[in-house]
Amino acid sequence: MKDNPYQPWLATIEEIREEVGGARPIKTFKIKFNDKNLQNNFSYIPGQCAMVSLLGEGECFFAISSSPTKKGFIEVSVMKLGKVTSALHECEPGDTIGVRGPYGNHFDVEGWKGKNLVFIGGGIGQAPLRSLINYVVDNRKNYGKLDIIYGARTSKDISYKQEFTELEKRKDVDVHLSIDVTEDGWDKYVGFVPNNLLELKPSPKNTIAITCGPPIMIKFVIQNLEKLGFSEDQIYTTLEMRMKCGIGKCGRCNIGNLYVCKDGPVFSHKQLKNIYGER
Amino acid sequence: MEKYTLPKADLPKFIKEMIGKNRVYAPVENDNVTLFKEINTPSNINLDFINSKIPPKSLLFQQTETLFKFIPGTKGKIDPPDLDDKKTVIFGIRPCDAKSFAILDHAFTGDFNDPYFINHRKNTTLVGMSCTKPGINCFCTSFNDSPAQSKYLDILLTDIGDKYYVEVTNEKGKQLAKDLKKHMQPAKESDTEKKKEIEKKAIKQITRNQKTEGITEKLDKIFENPFWKEVANKCVSCGTCTYLCPTCHCFDIQDESTLTKGARVRVWDTCMNPEYTLHASKFNPRPARTNRVRNRIYHKYNYYPKNFDIIACVGCGRCIDLCPVNIDIIDVVTKAGEVKL
Repeated sequence: MKDNPYQPWLATIEEIREEVGGARPIKTFKIKFNDKNLQNNFSYIPGQCAMVSLLGEGECFFAISSSPTKKGFIEVSVMKLGKVTSALHECEPGDTIGVRGPYGNHFDVEGWKGKNLVFIGGGIGQAPLRSLINYVVDNRKNYGKLDIIYGARTSKDISYKQEFTELEKRKDVDVHLSIDVTEDGWDKYVGFVPNNLLELKPSPKNTIAITCGPPIMIKFVIQNLEKLGFSEDQIYTTLEMRMKCGIGKCGRCNIGNLYVCKDGPVFSHKQLKNIYGER
Repeated sequence: MEKYTLPKADLPKFIKEMIGKNRVYAPVENDNVTLFKEINTPSNINLDFINSKIPPKSLLFQQTETLFKFIPGTKGKIDPPDLDDKKTVIFGIRPCDAKSFAILDHAFTGDFNDPYFINHRKNTTLVGMSCTKPGINCFCTSFNDSPAQSKYLDILLTDIGDKYYVEVTNEKGKQLAKDLKKHMQPAKESDTEKKKEIEKKAIKQITRNQKTEGITEKLDKIFENPFWKEVANKCVSCGTCTYLCPTCHCFDIQDESTLTKGARVRVWDTCMNPEYTLHASKFNPRPARTNRVRNRIYHKYNYYPKNFDIIACVGCGRCIDLCPVNIDIIDVVTKAGEVKL
């Protein structure tokens, strides 16, 4: 970490992939730091985040959606919503951006070795889960059964389509995709993610469930996990808030006395149950 | 601790000595408002004040501060940040505001160090002035502090009649005092007694008291209580309480740029502003004034004590003096302590 945590490193957008089009488009940006040494030494763990900026437009906090097992670059997946994300969506490969991080805590990839993992994602919430899924798949022998439950509004809104297709081909990973409303040609689950979860009935035995998505989805996913017998320390989620500094100073991302940027973004349900505060 | 006295008539010489080697900020009166301003001559100083309207935190954590400059756009460049290293003295700071710096130290250090605040802090020597006439809403004594305590100052002056009683509390103070010693005499026992007497008198003049005992634990139990709606009902979300609070440290970061040059700046922000927590998705975790007013009180009396073992209020009374709808933090906290469970 450099002396001045507010000063980003310059980086270059190598590649831009359109994940989702339409009114709420999502793009994944493959980024390389301009300083080769830094690129080689930049290490992070799934769940961690980075502050990405476009000079003159501002900064935003994103989950790093790539896995550290894939070396030589980082990726962030960005939904076009506000000022900075709209400007990022206008960028082209070769453009210069600022990046600082990695920030926040991370998924317990060491502590979860030997356990079954159930990933439950919705919409853009898949970004941090994608980092973890790719990490776990690249270290496949260290983990038990893997279930990936993911849903989007329509088939067009599914992020990381290519990667889901690859994962579906594997015998050692079970992928369960869903869309909210019925569509011609869709032969998989139709309905909301929490319902799909309930019907799939993953066993809580020696299992960790990790969920990320819209707040309303997370709420019902957690309720349903509890119905399935998951205890509060078997359920993890990763949260987001409006953020400016990313380092626990600017104040706005607190839930009670914890800052999502610094003390999160990964929380166990047990932790969240025991702190009060708006989220 | 070194103790001296300084004849009142020699104060201008004393200050001139400081101006020679430092940038000196001191209380200056302008349109009936006292503010800390840079001074070039001792004659501008006004020592007949209760406290400055804007707290001197603005000198260490500036209302607007450039983090770094850049060339904007998708082929941009960043200039290395330029940190201000100028030796600085804040003269006339009150003991409560000096304590606020010790509180802010927690926010601006820790897992990440804030180089801007830390740099200003490191280069700044605090030469305080005891309160001998506290204001009507002062309540530093509620935190077992005193209007004439030297604890958070490098040097503290107390008006003891025809001279100032001068306490030099630490190494930083001693460094500055080196050049000032020629104007001072070692304090006599009688001077020390006089200071104690003046301090006692000042403490007696503080009539308001906030009941803070057990407040952190109590707040743990009343987060969802309708009490907070009552408190927040009259709030107009103006943010005065937070902008003018010596311990509030929230900020926004914005890029300001033309086509060819730009700067990333940070500016004071306030948790009273609904946009403060508004997500780009339009979801807002603190949409109502109840959420925001509660957050302000919890940040000071529950979250900060949990994280740093200190209440983030110094009892300066500014938020009470200046709230347009008379929300009174002394009453709010005292009543919160009395909420029936």
